[in-house]
Amino acid sequence: MSDPYFIAVSAITIASAIIALEFKELIYGAIALAVMLLGVAVLFVLLDATFIAMFQITVYVGAVVVLIIFTIMLVRREAWLRLDEGGRRRVMGAVVALATIALLTAMVVSSNIVSGDGSAISIVELSDQMLTYYSPVLIVLALTIASSVIGALVLAKVERGKSIEKEQGEEVQEPTELSSMDLSRADTSHSGSDNDSSSSIDMDMGVGKGSGTDTDIGGK
Amino acid sequence: MAALMDYLIVSIILLAIGIYGLTVKRNFIRMLFAVEIIINAANINFIAFSTFTQTAAGQSFALFSIAIAAAEVAVGLALIIVVYRIYKDIDVKGLNRLSG
Repeated sequence: MSDPYFIAVSAITIASAIIALEFKELIYGAIALAVMLLGVAVLFVLLDATFIAMFQITVYVGAVVVLIIFTIMLVRREAWLRLDEGGRRRVMGAVVALATIALLTAMVVSSNIVSGDGSAISIVELSDQMLTYYSPVLIVLALTIASSVIGALVLAKVERGKSIEKEQGEEVQEPTELSSMDLSRADTSHSGSDNDSSSSIDMDMGVGKGSGTDTDIGGK
Repeated sequence: MAALMDYLIVSIILLAIGIYGLTVKRNFIRMLFAVEIIINAANINFIAFSTFTQTAAGQSFALFSIAIAAAEVAVGLALIIVVYRIYKDIDVKGLNRLSG
């Protein structure tokens, strides 16, 4: 362990990983996570994997951390700052982490791993292998990412339609499955499909009642 | 250049920090941070073994792992938004009830 750059980058990476988990404010935790991901990218550069380092910076720091920061800004509340983990829980977590470090370090050190010369892998070889031998994996990966992003959009979209409908108090244009389930659960006597104004008012009250019980049960 | 063992130890420490976060934290977003840290520890292992054994397969797997992690974060954040709109909270202790 004689490389000073490696020691400095490792220390920064590990310290910002701890800060990302332990800082009170979530936004600063996300910024510390970005610093930790940049540190990992520098470790990749030290390992002569510059393409992976560029990919890491583009995907993680460019996309993932920005997405996380926007989500935190959407859902941030002051009450989370007082969320106590409890001393016993924290101690048990530290014990588990230290046991993991001890056992895995003992295993790695006692094994006879010889490190080779460690020269760089050419990007031509990497791209050749990815586009020939791993090309089915690449296709499945593209389909997986596309379907998961579409799934994420669908997950976030249904609830947004419900909240807009609840704010405006209008007749439902396209009743989604979720709002009809709320209606049938909250008020069974108006389960008929009347399209006059009284049924829409009842539906609004039913939706409000349903969300009130949600917060009550969730707060326990 | 540092040896293979040093990278493995850094990766083990990052893995332990991630396990600590997943064990202790009750905030959904913090648990997502911990999962990201664990994935990065695995990627360091992939790249270190790939460089020190002169095979390009480790770098290919690291690329796939980073892409899968991006998809996982997208789905996780969408779940966080949905849970926040239903429960008005993202404390995972209250998330023990399915809602229609």
